[in-house]
Amino acid sequence: MARLVERRAETPSAQTLVLDVPDWPGHLPGQHVDVRLTAEDGYSTQRSYSIASASDGSRLELTVQRVDDGEVSPYLADVLAVGDPVELRGPVGGWFVWRHTDTAPVTLVAGGSGIVPLMAMVRTRRAAGSKALFRLLYSVRTPQDCIYADELRSRARDDFGLDVAYVYSRQAPQGWPGEPRRLGVADVNTHGWPADFQPACFVCGPTGFVETVADILIALGHEPRRVRTERFGPSGP
Amino acid sequence: MGIVSPGFHGRRSAAAPELPPGQYLTEDFPVLTAGPTPRVPTDAWEFTVVTEAGQRYAWSWADLMALPGQTVTVDLHCVTKWSKLGTTWTGVSLDTLLENVETAADYALVHSYGGYTTNLPVEDLLDGQAWIAFKYEGEDLAPAHGGPARLLVPHLYLWKSAKWVRGIQLLNEDEPGFWESAGYHDYGDPWREQRYQGD
Repeated sequence: MARLVERRAETPSAQTLVLDVPDWPGHLPGQHVDVRLTAEDGYSTQRSYSIASASDGSRLELTVQRVDDGEVSPYLADVLAVGDPVELRGPVGGWFVWRHTDTAPVTLVAGGSGIVPLMAMVRTRRAAGSKALFRLLYSVRTPQDCIYADELRSRARDDFGLDVAYVYSRQAPQGWPGEPRRLGVADVNTHGWPADFQPACFVCGPTGFVETVADILIALGHEPRRVRTERFGPSGP
Repeated sequence: MGIVSPGFHGRRSAAAPELPPGQYLTEDFPVLTAGPTPRVPTDAWEFTVVTEAGQRYAWSWADLMALPGQTVTVDLHCVTKWSKLGTTWTGVSLDTLLENVETAADYALVHSYGGYTTNLPVEDLLDGQAWIAFKYEGEDLAPAHGGPARLLVPHLYLWKSAKWVRGIQLLNEDEPGFWESAGYHDYGDPWREQRYQGD
């Protein structure tokens, strides 16, 4: 059982929930938890959320993107109050994870709130003093949709060996060279590690985004087994 | 009953069909895959069964198409909590494919193009419970959903229905597959909510 101790607005539609989980066993970056909500009449429903924080004692951070017609995310983003209990289970998942003992270079590609588990990797890298070289390519619709914007800015400056690049798909910030556009082969080629370096690649975002990026990575010569993906949201019929 | 979430009402409809515990209904067809989507042309496609004695049986795409197909309407339950009801698939029953395979093995390890694996008891592949499916809602199965052909074993969580299926290894001893080695349940019965190891 967890308890909400703090919430932070990351963007107009994304909130970070800081939870205290007394018996938390620790986690690897990339893992998720199952959150279970129960109404007074016993009705309950569950959803999975990626963990945003590096493993740190009993503190756990989730970042929740509000889906306006969703059943669970509006509750977590707007209703759940500091001090309220949250039933969760985890950590879950043993594939989409990065281990700080791995020394291979890492390419991270995030679409929208797909940044969350990748941010856990970036944070773990720093917390563990890893020297693994990280390149993060982050696609957002507009500058306002950029989750962890300030932290990424300071980490790109202070975390030695971490590069961060952005793609804006709908609206670019003022002074941005070029037009807003969807992420393409050139972005992955320029801002990710070359296949020759045999990097570990982690791709997370909406289904269509992940499909596109994974196909690009394969086309650029990356071995399929080095490309790990996590998808969310509907894919259409 | 779990801990009540203050102020949570949830969304129920009186007409809600019965779902396995912890599942919610979706009209979409979400995708859950651990890596890139393999593209397997049907002229290079092959499906094999290798028995515990090492005997190998193989079907080309043309061989598969020549077998009697079945069209079934089934419910899908994904371990990530969504369920999709009344989906229609066309495929060849594993009863047909295994009919002349000499085996007494109890376990199966299913292999996919791309390296994915999943395990299940052989008895769960038989008696009209499993198919090598190649059409979804009357259309050729899209690569993102496992085309050209995937295993369909709808009474277990959907990760058992291996996409891009390429073969089945019959074994005397149970061998965990990809997700089963990463903390997911060995059997995965949605009605008993066997999501993770220890459930």
